[in-house]
Amino acid sequence: MMRHPLYGLMAEFETIDDLLNAAQRAHAAGYRQMDAFTPFPVEGLAEAIGFHKTHVPLICLVGGLIGCMGGFFLQYWPNVIGYPLNIGGKPYNSWPSFIPITFELTVLCAGLATVFGMLALNRLPTPYHPVFNAPRFELATRNRFFLCINARDPKFDAQKTKEFLQSVKAREVSEIES
Amino acid sequence: MSPDGLEKTAAMEAGPPVLAPGHTYASITDKISSIVLLQRTKRGWWFGFAVAFALFMVLNAAIGYLMLIGVGIWGINIPVAWGFAIVNFVWWIGIGHAGTLISAFLLLMRQAWRQSINRFAEAMTLFAVASAGMFPLLHMGRPWLFYWLMPYPDTMGTWPQFRSPLVWDVFAVSTYGTISLLFWFVGLIPDLATLRDRARNRLAQMTYGFLAMGWRGSARHWHRYEIAYLLLAGLATPLVVSVHTVVSFDFTIAVVPGWHSTIFPPYFVAGAIYSGFAMVLTLAIPLRQFYGLEDFITLRHLENMAKILLATGLIVAYGYVMETFMAFYSGSTYDRSMIMNRMTGPYAGIYWLLITCNIAIPLTTLWSAKLRRNVAALFVISLIVQMGMWLERFVIVVTSLHRDFMPSAWGMYYPTIWDWATFAGSIGLFLTLFFLFIRFLPMISIFEMRGLVHQVKEEKA
Repeated sequence: MMRHPLYGLMAEFETIDDLLNAAQRAHAAGYRQMDAFTPFPVEGLAEAIGFHKTHVPLICLVGGLIGCMGGFFLQYWPNVIGYPLNIGGKPYNSWPSFIPITFELTVLCAGLATVFGMLALNRLPTPYHPVFNAPRFELATRNRFFLCINARDPKFDAQKTKEFLQSVKAREVSEIES
Repeated sequence: MSPDGLEKTAAMEAGPPVLAPGHTYASITDKISSIVLLQRTKRGWWFGFAVAFALFMVLNAAIGYLMLIGVGIWGINIPVAWGFAIVNFVWWIGIGHAGTLISAFLLLMRQAWRQSINRFAEAMTLFAVASAGMFPLLHMGRPWLFYWLMPYPDTMGTWPQFRSPLVWDVFAVSTYGTISLLFWFVGLIPDLATLRDRARNRLAQMTYGFLAMGWRGSARHWHRYEIAYLLLAGLATPLVVSVHTVVSFDFTIAVVPGWHSTIFPPYFVAGAIYSGFAMVLTLAIPLRQFYGLEDFITLRHLENMAKILLATGLIVAYGYVMETFMAFYSGSTYDRSMIMNRMTGPYAGIYWLLITCNIAIPLTTLWSAKLRRNVAALFVISLIVQMGMWLERFVIVVTSLHRDFMPSAWGMYYPTIWDWATFAGSIGLFLTLFFLFIRFLPMISIFEMRGLVHQVKEEKA
């Protein structure tokens, strides 16, 4: 794919309501390749830009299952197969006493999987990203709300998209180089 | 009622607000980030840090001497082989529990008042776990062989005893430390990005930028972030209960009178929360004073925490009553003489001091709404509760061990100067880390406070 000279158009908004409204209208207008940037999580914004499903819970579940089975096996193997010791005739596989460690390792692996899974799906760490070139983008971590329509979007047209963004109460629309 | 509905009613309840009126996204961001980025280091900070650091050096000296000579420098011997190291371990790990409870459990319960206290409470957890984790290792005698606790296929062909609560403890505490670190760091990412964008000096920009990992507040990122955060909270809540339960197993699985009891797990967990919330109050009260954060950590927060102190204190009191009742009801001579020895024996003074600190003072004063809103009184009560909880651990460890079944095996335990130095030093380590934290990282979660402003605005509309 040829690299587009333009990454996209960034619109700046003063309030959450303006941003939510703009995101919904952009989605209704047929734009799909877009992203919004806010200083705190805004309810309904991900849905407004057409992002519904995430695999984070699944990754958490898989991590938890690996931790659970691995944790139990970690204790089962040395006690039953690797180095069995007969202590007072107690069963080698005394599973109730293996539960605490199994539980701890379930939580540990599920937690590690959740955090690293979330970071991986978010493609973090990302040392450079074109959106940081937008003017006043540092306010995205303070009190401003941004919507970026990507130049890769099939409906994208530098002129028309700019006019569209200006029509939805954007404070300023700027072009971002890729 | 939807979860959001609950949250709204929580923020709108009568009484002092969870956030003083008049704040905007910008004012909150600037106020909290300025503590780290713009304000000059306060003289009080330098003073506090100097004291903490000096105590930390005492710890290093005590550990150095311990490495050189061995655990014989401590007061431990047979029959009391556990002494201060285990008392301090249980006390510190209990203190940590409040941080996880605030950040995870109150998040699941959608309590709006958690948002201004969760960050430093989580930091407190992390540093308390660091202080706690050190003690069992030092107590081992040869701390440099600590990795023998881990199951790995070694050339000795041996494995840890997985049926032993002491091995469960290794897994519980290391999992707890790891998950607390993850929870804290994940919560910090958006705030590190805020600091990166606000910082004016190159070194700060680079450092916070590196740690923020390129966070840009994208809606997609926030979506996954919130789900991951909620999942972590869901994992941390049962974890925190399991950790102190496993710590109590260290005692209950033994047959020693005074330890072998089924009341221990719930009573340890309640005690942990009790001492932990006391520590949160001890830290929150001076912090809001010195850094002018009364708008964010309001009387509402202090009062809510005082109520939790009261509730958990009552559970702890129930534990003491049941322990005594069961000793007599069981008909066991050993249990009965253990409890009589605790109340009237050589350590009776400590037992009654513990009852005074944990039951008599806090559980009478905290019923008064006036005292719950009196900052100075609350500060004193929080210190008393922490002392009481430390004494409780001392009573459990020492009075149970020093006279068990055979009078010929009885003995006394007296801490040495090195026991005290290690204990004071662990407080130094905790405070040193905490002072560094409040200087270099935002002590209140900025992005969650912005969310709170939004929430308050919506309620008004």
